[in-house]
Amino acid sequence: MPLHAILLEAVRVARSPVWMPPDGASHGPALDHLMRWNLIAFCLCFLVAHAWLIAAVLRKRTPKRSMAPNALPWIILIALCAMYVWMAVTAQRLWAENRFVGPAPAAMQIEVVGEQFQWYFRYPGEDAAFGTTRPELVNAAEGNPLGLDVRDARGKDDVVSSVLVLPVGREADLRLRSLDVIHGFFVPGMRLKENAVPGLVLHVHFTPSVIGTYPILCSQVCGSGHARMQAMLSVVSQAEFQEWLAARGRARIEEGAP
Amino acid sequence: VRLRVFTTNHRELGTLYLLLALAAVIAGTLLSLIMRLHRVWPDLALPFFGTIKPEGYLALVTMHGTLMIFFVLTTAPQIGFANLVLPEQIGARSMAFPRLNAAAFWLTALALLVLLAAFFVPQGAPISGWTSYPPLSAVAAAGPGEGAGMDLWLASIGVFCLASWLGAVNMLVTILGERRVGMTWPRLPMTVWAWLVTSILTLLVFSVLLAAIILLFSDRHFGSSFFVPRGDLINGHIVGHGDGSPLLWLHLFWFFGHPEVYIAVLPGMGLATSLFANFARRRVAGYRVMAAMLVVIGLLGLVVWGHHMFVSGMNPYAGTAFALTTIAIAVPSTVEVLGWLAMLWGGRLRLRTPMLFALGFLSFFIAGGLTGPILAQPALDAYLHNTFFVVAHFHLVMAMAGVFSIFGGIYYWFPLMTGRMMNETLGKLHFWITLIAAYGTFFPMHFSGLAGEPRHYERLTGPVTSFSAIAANERGITFSALLLASAQLIFLWNVFASARRGPAAETNPWEATTLEWAPEMARGRVERGPYEYEILANETNFHPQWEMASKQE
Repeated sequence: MPLHAILLEAVRVARSPVWMPPDGASHGPALDHLMRWNLIAFCLCFLVAHAWLIAAVLRKRTPKRSMAPNALPWIILIALCAMYVWMAVTAQRLWAENRFVGPAPAAMQIEVVGEQFQWYFRYPGEDAAFGTTRPELVNAAEGNPLGLDVRDARGKDDVVSSVLVLPVGREADLRLRSLDVIHGFFVPGMRLKENAVPGLVLHVHFTPSVIGTYPILCSQVCGSGHARMQAMLSVVSQAEFQEWLAARGRARIEEGAP
Repeated sequence: VRLRVFTTNHRELGTLYLLLALAAVIAGTLLSLIMRLHRVWPDLALPFFGTIKPEGYLALVTMHGTLMIFFVLTTAPQIGFANLVLPEQIGARSMAFPRLNAAAFWLTALALLVLLAAFFVPQGAPISGWTSYPPLSAVAAAGPGEGAGMDLWLASIGVFCLASWLGAVNMLVTILGERRVGMTWPRLPMTVWAWLVTSILTLLVFSVLLAAIILLFSDRHFGSSFFVPRGDLINGHIVGHGDGSPLLWLHLFWFFGHPEVYIAVLPGMGLATSLFANFARRRVAGYRVMAAMLVVIGLLGLVVWGHHMFVSGMNPYAGTAFALTTIAIAVPSTVEVLGWLAMLWGGRLRLRTPMLFALGFLSFFIAGGLTGPILAQPALDAYLHNTFFVVAHFHLVMAMAGVFSIFGGIYYWFPLMTGRMMNETLGKLHFWITLIAAYGTFFPMHFSGLAGEPRHYERLTGPVTSFSAIAANERGITFSALLLASAQLIFLWNVFASARRGPAAETNPWEATTLEWAPEMARGRVERGPYEYEILANETNFHPQWEMASKQE
């Protein structure tokens, strides 16, 4: 590759700013703020340390007057430790807000199920209760990818979708499951990641705040189709959501399958 | 030095270990280049490989990680360099158990062969990454490579655990029992402190890894269910009959996996300290603090494993506890870095090639270390976990810092291995290209990670996202990686040409003070510290550890 092409490429890389995708969740701005400050603080540390290092390399003579470096490293150490404490405390506050406290009782329940290499989303329907599922009943070809047990009446109105549709401004409480191996439920635009672990039901909750579509990725290597195990989150208005859910519910009753 | 294959001589074994690590690093690097090319041009047909299938890419990732972490970063700086110089540095004639030592090397070589054999069995190498999370790794039907390939992986790492134990027992007994009269704890070179800590860590954590591997093997073949939950449904068959937990594997694996990182990087820290003292001609200010911090890092390293599991389903309160221990480990690391920066501040550094690589080690240790506290915050890690930000972090702080310390050690101890010096001009050229290309390769990965690009993605364009914003960034990384790998040809040429025709080395070419450079006849009591360098007016002076205290000039 000729040199000018490499230079052009370098300019192109430098000109395309790469950052987190736009945030669409209500807890996102605080997290983005924290991320920005952390990156700025550590960039400064990196630059100062390297300025020091380069200066040390370039020095040809030891200064006659001692720099009295004995106190300086300790001062820097204490300052850095104070910064670490600040980081631990601020980040902990955010973590506790999201993970120590459960969702509000009014939050909408949705089940997220990962399987090689597909995400499924189940809405409990009008009875607000999920029907029983059993792994031996799983049969995606016959329209029952989650193994819903028809003997359980609570499952009759469950809606299973391959798109996650959420109404804007309403808290969503996800119950994450996996049928087979560990998957990672990652929605960069919602600043949300939690593994889906077989044998466990894990809850995460968040409130989408901006209407739009957001990619859902798998962030834990799960087999040969890992990179294409993606789905779409669609955040819509409350009215649109009701309409979509009702249509899906009707379709399920007509077809007798999700 | 003549090199016999079946030897019990520790220095020859050290060289053999380094050659084994060289073979592994060449293989691992080639695998990573194929990965880089595939990520940028997914439809490119490569000679021998053809176009790469998704499972082929994941097999490359798995084997790259396994080769580099176990057979390069665990092997070379620890048991490789320790065999080369540890007995001499403490004034011993040899390692405590020479035949055990040879057995450990041959087990390591066997483990490497078994691992590489995984490429050649039906369905190829495993695809579950070097962390091998079950149930993917527990069930052959979960994916290509999870059958025979995974069994070979488990066998290889099991044998590697045994070999590491033997090596660690040998190092530990040598350090505890074979020191020459007068080689007290405060007179140990910092490398020996590091090997002391890593050998204790190796004994503790490789036992847990071996146990975990045996449990996983048992799940695969003997019908147990340690890691597979009830009702687990893989490829249309219910495989979970007991009530196991995949999280158990994560705990066992990371209890090993995190200290493993320190096993890889602590010897580099010890070596950098020695090289800074030598090439700055200064004592190590705060020697006792620096040594103590190596021990503290090792101890704290045993209680931070949960920071790999913030989003794994582990209790969020446990996440907080592990976040605190992890932030705490930043303190001794910061002390080490400040200690080094203070040592260097006096200037007048002798910028020979080993020193340049030690400075490079420091640069990467800082660059990669600084993102550690970011990833230690569960709230931020809940976004960054398993993205390229993490790939950038550990390639800088573990891989590049580790590799630069290995290069530093090879340039520095080459005269001991061959009686010849390496070429300085080629060494400096190698250093500068490698430094720039390594930053060019791994620094931009932070941005891919911030954009949300997960690890282990064989292509950027998926059903709902194209990651088009990072395509240019990714291309830059690939070009830089190609440059980084090509620059290593300079090193290979330098090593093999200098070993044959390099200028003959003097007995103590770096004017060093530690005992591996002592002339043959020096066999007295040790009466000095390891770093007695001083600068008087414009003259520098030094007192090697083999010099009698009464004979001061």
